[in-house]
Amino acid sequence: MDKKQFEQYESIPVEKFQLAQSEVNHDVKFDTKPVGYFRDAFNRFCKNKASVVAAVIILCIVLYAILTPLFTFRFGESFLDPYYAKLGPRNLALSKIGIANAEVTQDVDEKTYMYYLGLGVGAEDSDGNGATWQDGANSKYNVVLRIKEEYKFINKTQRVIGIESYLAKGFIYMQIPAERYDEIIAWEEKNGLKVIYPAIDTANGYCADSENANYWYKMDSKITPISTKTGEDVAITIANKLELEDNYLRDDDGNVRYFVNVGGSSTTSPEKKVRVLYYNYYIMQNGFEPEYIFGTDSQGYDMSLRLAGGIRLSLLVAIAVSFINLLIGTIYGAIEGYFGGMTDLMLERVSDILSGVPFIVVATLFQMHLASKVGPIPSLLFAFVLTGWIGTASRVRTQFYRFKNQEYVLAARTLGAKNFRIMFKHIFPNALGTIITSSVLVIPSVVFSESMLSYLGIVKLGGANGTSLGTLLSDASAIWTNYPHLMIAPALIISLLMISFNLFGNGLRDAFNPSLRGSEG
Amino acid sequence: MFKYILKRIGLLLLTLFVIMFMCFVLIRMLPREMPQRTDQLEATLQRWEALGYNEPILTQWGIYLKNIFTKWDFGTSWNIDYLAPAWNVIADRLLPTVLVNLYSLILSIPIGLGLGILAAVKKNKWPDHIISTGIMLFVSVPSYVYAFLVQYLFYFKLGWFPLKVYSVADAGGSYFTAKMFYSMIPPILALSFGTVAGLARFTRAELTETLTSEYMLLARAKGLTRGQATVRHAMKNAMVPILPMIIGEFIGILGGSMIIEQIFSIPGVGQLYIQSINTLDYDVFMMDGLFYTFIGLLAGIVVDISYGFIDPRIRMGER
Repeated sequence: MDKKQFEQYESIPVEKFQLAQSEVNHDVKFDTKPVGYFRDAFNRFCKNKASVVAAVIILCIVLYAILTPLFTFRFGESFLDPYYAKLGPRNLALSKIGIANAEVTQDVDEKTYMYYLGLGVGAEDSDGNGATWQDGANSKYNVVLRIKEEYKFINKTQRVIGIESYLAKGFIYMQIPAERYDEIIAWEEKNGLKVIYPAIDTANGYCADSENANYWYKMDSKITPISTKTGEDVAITIANKLELEDNYLRDDDGNVRYFVNVGGSSTTSPEKKVRVLYYNYYIMQNGFEPEYIFGTDSQGYDMSLRLAGGIRLSLLVAIAVSFINLLIGTIYGAIEGYFGGMTDLMLERVSDILSGVPFIVVATLFQMHLASKVGPIPSLLFAFVLTGWIGTASRVRTQFYRFKNQEYVLAARTLGAKNFRIMFKHIFPNALGTIITSSVLVIPSVVFSESMLSYLGIVKLGGANGTSLGTLLSDASAIWTNYPHLMIAPALIISLLMISFNLFGNGLRDAFNPSLRGSEG
Repeated sequence: MFKYILKRIGLLLLTLFVIMFMCFVLIRMLPREMPQRTDQLEATLQRWEALGYNEPILTQWGIYLKNIFTKWDFGTSWNIDYLAPAWNVIADRLLPTVLVNLYSLILSIPIGLGLGILAAVKKNKWPDHIISTGIMLFVSVPSYVYAFLVQYLFYFKLGWFPLKVYSVADAGGSYFTAKMFYSMIPPILALSFGTVAGLARFTRAELTETLTSEYMLLARAKGLTRGQATVRHAMKNAMVPILPMIIGEFIGILGGSMIIEQIFSIPGVGQLYIQSINTLDYDVFMMDGLFYTFIGLLAGIVVDISYGFIDPRIRMGER
C-alpha cells in the first residue's frame, strides 16, 4: 500500500463518523439496597425466633438489674431489717388479689393456732381493756389468713393454716433510753398507731416464757392459755369459746404499765424495757409499711434489690472478662497465626501450659494471694483472664492461617502495606464473626463459674454492695428448705440467663456463618 | 503412632512439671499458720524442718521433687488428717467420687445416645423438636440447680431418698452396699441431666451430618433399607467423634463435680478440695490441684489418641 491511499483516511470529516451502536448500555442500577456482611448477619439472626426471644429475655433481665434500684424510692440497696429476714413476698396492693401476701403454710396444733390468733387479739388490746377473738379476727394485725384443712391426730385437732409471716413476728422486747420512749409516745399520738404495748407481768405465775413478748395472755406452765374469770384456772380451747385474758403488768390503781425500768430505780436508770409491736415499730422507723415484692433475703435485705445487684455484678464481671479475653486473645492469636513458624511454636507451648491449669485452681490461688490486697472481684477477674483468652486466641490463629496466604493479602503486601496493616485491616475482619460469637458464649460460662465459685465459698463476696447471684445461692443453701423463695429467685435468674445467652450465642453463630446462607429457607 | 504417643506423653509431663512448679511457688509463698493445738506444735515443726520449709523456695522445690521421686511423698496433711501423707488423703477420697460419677455415666450414656439418635433420625419432626428444646434447656441450666430440684422433689415432696449421701458407717461399712447406692441416687440424677443433654446434643449433630452425606445416598441406592443404612453406615461414622468424647467423660469422672459433692456431702475429691482451702491445708490443696491438672491433661491425650484407634483412617501426628 502506498502513502496516498492512507492520506485519504487522514482527514475524514467529523460528519462521516457514525456511532456503531446508537444506544449506550449502562449497568442496570440495583433496585435493592446493598447488603453488607453485618446487615446480612442481622437479617438472618432475626429469622431465628428462639434467638430473638432469648435476646429479649436478656434485655428484660438487664433492664430489671438497672432499673430496679432507680425505681425503689423508699430505700437503698443497703437498707436492712434483720428482724424481717427470710420472709416471703409482700405487697399490699397485690395481696388483695391473693398474690404476694406473705402467706406461709403451717401445720399447727390448737395451742399454736390460738397463739397466732392471740397475736391479732393482743394487737387490739393495747390498753388492757380487753379484746375478743372477734376483735382479733377483724383486726388489721390478724395473723391467721385462713384455715386450709382440719384433721384429727390422736384425738387432737390439727389445723393447716396460712399465716401472714410479717405480722406473725408479733411483739418484741426492746430496751430503749427514756428520750426514745418519749419520742415513740409522741409519734403514736401524732399517727394514731400503737407501738408500745403494755408490759407483761412475769411474776404472777401466769407467764411461762418471759422471753417471748408474744405471750401476752394468761397461761399455765405448759403455755396453754387459761381463763381465771370463774375463780379457778380453766384451760381455753377453741370449743369452749372462752376469751383470752391479758397478763399485763398493772400498777396499784389497776392501770396497765407500758414499761419496766431496767436496773435500779426509775430515776437512776434511763433505760426502759418495753414491748413493741414490731410491725408498727417498723412503720415508725421507716415511714412505710414493710413491702418487699420478692421478699427479703437471708440477712433482711430487699430481695429484689439484692437480685438486681447480683445480676449487675455477675454480668459486669462476665462482660469485662469477655472484653479483655477478646483483646488479649485477638492480639495473641494474630501474632501466632500471622508469623507462624518458631514464634507460633513457642507461643503455642505457653498457651498449652496455661490451658492445662484447671480454672478452679487458678481462681483459688488468685483469691488466696490477691483477695486481701485488691479485693475479691478484681482477683476473680484476673483468674478469668489468665486462662480465658486461650480459646479466642486459637480461633483467631486458625482464621489467620486460613487467610494469610490468599491473593488479596499478597496484593496488599505488594502495594507496600506493613505487617500491622495487613493483620488488622485485611485478615482480621474475616475472623470477626467467630470472635463475636465466642465472646458472647463466654458470658454464660463466666456467670456459671462465678456463681459456682461463690457458692463453694472460694470467692467471698459480701456486704450490701458486693453481692452476686452465686452469693445469694450460697446464703440460701443452708436454709432454703424452710425458705424456698430465697433459692428459687436466684436459681431461676441464673438458669434464665444461661439459657438465653446460649440461645443468643447460637443464633449469632448461625447468623455469622455465611455457609448457612439460604439453607434455612 | 507410637512415636506420636511418646511425644504427647513427653509434652504432658513437661506441662505438668511447669504447672506443678508454678502452683508450688504460689502455695509456698502463702503465709503458714502455726498449729492451734499445742501438743501438735513440736511434731509439726519437726516435719516442717524435714520438708525444708525454712529454706529458700527453690531449695524447697528441690526437696519436694526429691521426696516425690524417692519416697512418693507429696507432702503432709496438717489439718484434715493430721500428719497423714497427702497422697493417702486423696487416695481415700477417690472411691466415692468415682462411684457416683461412674453410676451417673452408666445411666446417662444409653439415654443420651438414644435421645440423640432419635432426634437425628426424626429430624425436623416433633420428636426432634421436643428433644432439641429439652437439650437446650438442660445443657444451659447449671448442675446445682438440678441438685436443688432433685433434693426438693425427692426428699421434701416425696420423701423417697435421703437429703445427703450416707456416711460409710451408716451404710454398712462399705461403699458398695445397697443402702449406699440408694442414698447416692439423688446426686447421680443431678449429675446425669447435664451429661445426658450434652451427649444427646453431640450425637444429634454428628449423626445428622453423616445421615446427609453422599454415601448414605449410595447405600440407599444399592438397596439397603433406611434402618440398615443408618445402623451400618451412618452410625459407624458418627461414632468416630462420639466415642472419644465418651472416653474423655470416663477419665473426667476421676475429677468429679465439686459442687454436687458439696451439696450432697459426698466425701470425695471435690469436697476435699474445698476442705483443704477452708482449713488452709496447703499440701493437700497442692496435691488435689495437681490431681485435677493431671486428669485434665490425661483426658486430652487419651481423647486424641483414641481417634487413631477408633478410626484407622485417621493418622496421628501428621501435619
